[in-house]
Amino acid sequence: MKLTNDSPAHPRSSIRSFALIPLIALLLFVTASAQKKNSCVDCHSSMDGALLEPVRLSKGDVHDARGLSCVDCHRGDATKDDMAAAMDRKKGFIGKPRPSEIPALCGRCHSNAEFMKTFNPGLRVDQEREYSTSVHGNLLKGGDAKVATCISCHGNHGIRAINDPLSKVYALNVAETCGSCHGNADYMKGYNIPHDQFDKYKTSVHAKALYEKQDLSAPTCNDCHGNHGAAPPGLESVANVCGQCHVRQASLFQSNPHKVVFGLMRAGECVQCHSNHGIIPPSDEMLGVGEKSACTQCHGQGDSGYAAAEKMRERIDQMSASIGRATEILNRAERAGMEVSKPRFELNDAKDVLTQGRVLVHTFSPDELDKIIAPGLDVANKSYSAGGAALAELSFRRKGLAGSLVFILFLAGLIYLKVRELERRGADPQKQS
Amino acid sequence: MKSESHHQPDADVGECANCPNNAGPRADYETRGRRRFLNYLLGTGFGATAIAIFYPILKFITAPQVIEAAQNSVTAGKVNELALNSGKIFKFGNKPGILIHSASGEFKAFSAVCTHLDCIVQYQPEKKQIWCACHNGQYNLSGLNVGGPPPRPLEEYVVNTRGEEIVVSKA
Amino acid sequence: MNAERLTLWLDDRLGIGVIAELARKKEIPIHRHSIWYYFGGMTLFLFGVQVGTGILLLLYYRPSAETAFESVQFIVTEVQFGWLIRSVHSWSANLMIATLFIHMFSVYFMRSYRQPREVTWLSGVLLLLLAVGFGFSGYLLPWNKLAFFATKVGTEIAGVVPVVGRPTLRFLRGGDDVTGATLTRFFGFHVAVLPAITTVIIGIHLMLVQKHGMSVPAYLEGKDLKKMKFIPSFFLRDLIGWVLAIGALAALASIFPWELGEKADAFASAPTGIRPEWYFLFMFQTLKLIPAKLLSFDGEVLGILGFAVGGLLLFIVPFLDDPTKPRRRSLFTIVGVIVVLYIVVLTIVGFIG
Repeated sequence: MKLTNDSPAHPRSSIRSFALIPLIALLLFVTASAQKKNSCVDCHSSMDGALLEPVRLSKGDVHDARGLSCVDCHRGDATKDDMAAAMDRKKGFIGKPRPSEIPALCGRCHSNAEFMKTFNPGLRVDQEREYSTSVHGNLLKGGDAKVATCISCHGNHGIRAINDPLSKVYALNVAETCGSCHGNADYMKGYNIPHDQFDKYKTSVHAKALYEKQDLSAPTCNDCHGNHGAAPPGLESVANVCGQCHVRQASLFQSNPHKVVFGLMRAGECVQCHSNHGIIPPSDEMLGVGEKSACTQCHGQGDSGYAAAEKMRERIDQMSASIGRATEILNRAERAGMEVSKPRFELNDAKDVLTQGRVLVHTFSPDELDKIIAPGLDVANKSYSAGGAALAELSFRRKGLAGSLVFILFLAGLIYLKVRELERRGADPQKQS
Repeated sequence: MKSESHHQPDADVGECANCPNNAGPRADYETRGRRRFLNYLLGTGFGATAIAIFYPILKFITAPQVIEAAQNSVTAGKVNELALNSGKIFKFGNKPGILIHSASGEFKAFSAVCTHLDCIVQYQPEKKQIWCACHNGQYNLSGLNVGGPPPRPLEEYVVNTRGEEIVVSKA
Repeated sequence: MNAERLTLWLDDRLGIGVIAELARKKEIPIHRHSIWYYFGGMTLFLFGVQVGTGILLLLYYRPSAETAFESVQFIVTEVQFGWLIRSVHSWSANLMIATLFIHMFSVYFMRSYRQPREVTWLSGVLLLLLAVGFGFSGYLLPWNKLAFFATKVGTEIAGVVPVVGRPTLRFLRGGDDVTGATLTRFFGFHVAVLPAITTVIIGIHLMLVQKHGMSVPAYLEGKDLKKMKFIPSFFLRDLIGWVLAIGALAALASIFPWELGEKADAFASAPTGIRPEWYFLFMFQTLKLIPAKLLSFDGEVLGILGFAVGGLLLFIVPFLDDPTKPRRRSLFTIVGVIVVLYIVVLTIVGFIG
């Protein structure tokens, strides 16, 4: 196309700007068609309240970021501006799905391995199946519309990836999400389960690790209950679940007669002594026969368990006391100025033995405990002696000091006598010029 | 004008006509005796003090048994002390370290303090990995945290053999 | 007899007879304030103790951030009598500065700086600065938490001085922060630079003292005073003091051993209750008392400049004072008393607060 005109009535610059117009129009057309027409957004963004929410939340949404939009879940026709045509149920439009329909709706994609592979090959595709084994899933099947479905935890619009800190199911947010139903007394009426789990959990050592120390490996609700297949661990599976992290304690318990007994008693294994949600750091008082003891829940005076508990507690106390004594004498020596970092380091071995001892309590056998406590006491005693030696050295130095001070003062006195003698005798202090 | 010439404290007295406090020959002998005693004591006193000062100094400059001061490098053990595919804990400065003799014969050393909650790790010969008993944390033989709660790898140390000894030093 | 021959031999070759003659001739006037005469020599003796123990510590100390703390720990635990040498060194440093202060103030109140001893005074003030420099640089060398933060704060304060502050801070720290570079630098100052300069200035100071002889308070000038010979009388008395000082140092080292503390950690927060050594405390307290802003000027800068001006005034005191004017004299005495009280009170406050 010839764009220039040699006639002087049309200067070149204006010809050029005219020529650009078709180009710009072409560009606009191309961009407009790349952004498919979305009549859902067009209409709903001019609404307010709950009808505006989906549009508002779509910004951080993980589906939206991958090019999926309203019709991919809700069906219907986004090219039609006419409401009836766009949301034609006869053409398959699903408006607001009923709770019982939700797992299938999400599962349409999320259970389709072929489809999910195209986005993230590593994602699991069995969430819907797991859900059907859960308490929530079973209740939903039975017609309960109050239970949690996919959208209760993940949200419906504005869904974020699970490693996104703003996600409702990010590690730090899980307990609160679960607690939003399970901690609500009114909502949980009629279900016959407690509603204090979240409150109790917040007092626990796991919550402290998670929220205060920001230790994301600390367990929250889904680590013990599962997330999609959420159900409380079976009474005889508790040790397996806790044993994911607390390997030693769990395996010791499981090879122990208590496992069988607790199973018969329907006692919930670890939970029987340590509780389930409000798990606080165990103290030595839980062992033995005292007031706060866990053992006396079942064992009474006279039975072998009672005696074993007493003995184990005694040994643990002994170990703890000898470490305390050693620490105290080392502190004294250090305060007095002696350098005791080596015995302090060696005392760490004794502290290690105490930790191990507290784990070995789960064998419920004083003999097993004795195996490590005896050498542990030796280590603690060694450190104690080192502290004693340091104090002895200190005392030796002070005696040495006292001795040399006697010398020094004696010498000072002698010099003074010498001065006096010299002056008296000829050093002429009274010289007058 | 008195002269300054008789400034000899140890001079044998006798005729000290110019000495102002001279009270006679008898006094001379006494004072001489006393003076000599005093001088003797003084000499001994000075000598004793000098020894009290120089003895510690002499001991100080004599090199002690343990030569190395800085714990930047530590002898973790002897070459033949550790069997293949086993590990041991050693003291590195004020902290524990773990020395591993791998199945392939290599010596590796790491900080033995678990990066989760500071428990002391151990070597698991069956799994050929480093394990923490407290909460089931796992590290591989490069010190990398590969399982369980530990958030960071173990600090790796440099291992050298000096003759029979295995010397571990900070990277 | 042998001593005589040796002396003659040495004199022939080295000319030490001059010194011997000086020593023989030197006399010390005896009066009510003669007691203060001992403090100069005591300071010198304690400096000698510092040099001796310092050289011994040098045999084992390692001046790098990675090894310094451990080497001091080594000295204190493994080296025989290491604990003694190290504690003596730390205590003697403090005692030396204390006697130095006493010596300086006694000279001030007796006005010994008047003509012809002005330069002696000037060299003395320089020695005060050098001693404080020794104290500041030496304090960092064990590389423990307390020292690290004290150095951080101290160099920070030096840095707020306008114009020269920043370059001074970078010079002192060997960079922008207190690091191993600072340690190495301070070590260099402490064992080489400062000793070299101090040796020269002490030489000048002592030479001048011998040249001019001992001064007496103005009201005693010209009077007929009893005198004692330097050798043996005054010197032996000096010796008594020095022997007692050795005893004191031994006692302090044994009963109040110097703390080592924990190794410095650049990333840890400052331990509670850090404060500088006692001889800096009154300045530190003063800075704490000055309000943050004083007539649109930064309080801290004003404080430091104030001390700098004070130091300068101290330096030129001989030229400010005029002994012929009695009112000037009493003014100087009053100012001196106020300064001493100020230092004492603020130091105590610094310890308690």
